[in-house]
Amino acid sequence: MEKPIIEFKNVCVSYTRNTMAVKNVSAAVERNSITAIMGPSGCGKSTLLRAVNLMHSLYPNIKVDGEILLNGHDILAMEPIEVRRKVGMVFQRPTPFPTMSIYENVLAGFSLNGINLPRSEKEEIVERSLRSVALWSEVKDVLNKKGTFLSGGQQQRLCIARALALNPDVLLLDEPTSALDPIATKHIEELLLQLKNKVTILIVTHNMGQAMRISERSMFMYLGELVEYADTAQMFAAANDERTKAYLTGKMG
Amino acid sequence: MNDKVFKIILFVAALVIPLICGGVIYSLTIDASDAFSRFGFFEFLTSSEWNYTIDNERYGALPFIVGTLLTTLLALLFCIPFSLPVSLFIGEYFKGRKIAELLGTVIDLLAGIPSIIYGLWGFYTLRPLIMALDISPHGSGILTASLVLAIMVVPYAASLSAEFIKMVPNEIKESAYSLGATRAEVIRDVVFPVAGSGIFSSYILAIGRALGETMTVTMLIGNTNQIPQSLTATGNTMASIIANQFGEADGLRFSALIAIGLLLFFITALINVAGKFLIKRARIM
Repeated sequence: MEKPIIEFKNVCVSYTRNTMAVKNVSAAVERNSITAIMGPSGCGKSTLLRAVNLMHSLYPNIKVDGEILLNGHDILAMEPIEVRRKVGMVFQRPTPFPTMSIYENVLAGFSLNGINLPRSEKEEIVERSLRSVALWSEVKDVLNKKGTFLSGGQQQRLCIARALALNPDVLLLDEPTSALDPIATKHIEELLLQLKNKVTILIVTHNMGQAMRISERSMFMYLGELVEYADTAQMFAAANDERTKAYLTGKMG
Repeated sequence: MNDKVFKIILFVAALVIPLICGGVIYSLTIDASDAFSRFGFFEFLTSSEWNYTIDNERYGALPFIVGTLLTTLLALLFCIPFSLPVSLFIGEYFKGRKIAELLGTVIDLLAGIPSIIYGLWGFYTLRPLIMALDISPHGSGILTASLVLAIMVVPYAASLSAEFIKMVPNEIKESAYSLGATRAEVIRDVVFPVAGSGIFSSYILAIGRALGETMTVTMLIGNTNQIPQSLTATGNTMASIIANQFGEADGLRFSALIAIGLLLFFITALINVAGKFLIKRARIM
């Protein structure tokens, strides 16, 4: 098997001294795959995801222990800025920067980091990124309008394009469709299936159907523990753990 | 109590407010009309003469308009380098922490200090310092008044701006961080632009406050009636000339002072309405 792109080794995350949100998670994520992280609310899914781009380092009271290897290097020992340029993130609600145009939003990763690109290169990145999220034909004539002018689903695709513009190795998605209608959700799912050739995707989802439709592998988390990690099809057909079974059959939510 | 009676009481109380406002405008206008009709409205605005020797009376508001604008702008200039960092401290860096709360309390305390206290401090502490530093020989003047005015408006500008900075959604900031931005970059490119209109409106309200401030300025500006020729020169603002001369004024001079008061009323009202309007729009975002 090819070397995994991400390896969690005994990862623990705690918000306060006494409560652990993620307990001793170890797992390896394959390159160019979609991995779903499932589980009931408050079970540590998002917390685990946010550890991968060192989001927790923004909050001094949150402690992350263990090792998270990205291409074999422990990111917990790396500069957050360096890690975040390699690991993009998309949030639950679309978050286009409200004062920036669509064009500026796509390039925000560069402008925020003070990287000046020649105009031709900017235009190429904007077109390529927007094409990769199937948004180009819809917005190519309104690139100077504010990003917030788009519909929710379009805004979310814009946010994915903004993350992809930096050519990340990994894309983290934290329930990216929970604020969207079914049609916009379907668009995003199709998009993710196309994107996995370019980027490894980790997606937190509440929606079991979504995990089944798009992911190769699934993690089931419960009360901070990684209960089960297996091929998605296999997990849905015959889960090993009683808790996973209970969750997947709707007996526990 | 009967519901109807209660309603009538409310109605009457509410009606008193616009009546008072209208009454103030009416009586100011009546008393100011003498000066306006004698010198002409625009003549009065643009004349810089303030001569109250009998039989040679001439009055113009220009020195005081200039004095007001100068002290206000200077105060704003001195205030921004302090109030902006303070608002970031409270609204972003230490948001929700004890230390921000503490600083917020101190700021409220500063805002509550009566202006006479600021005036006394300026007169007995700052003025000698300015003399000792050889900035101006008498210590009073536009600069001294502006410095104390700046300290007085910092609390208003800082605490209101902090509210707008606090309102920038966390997800938006996290999105910027997730793209590899540093904190300074997030503040420069996301927090300030998103909170921008709100911050701007806070400063408009701070200006409104500085324009009308009377006691402190009267104590520190030196009370001379010419257009100030330098920042350390003495002068008068629209508020301070009134405070300084109303006791001894009658006839035409009294009317001229009231006319200045009417102008000040409209300027501050305009600034306040503009500020409130901008704040309302900023909140909707």
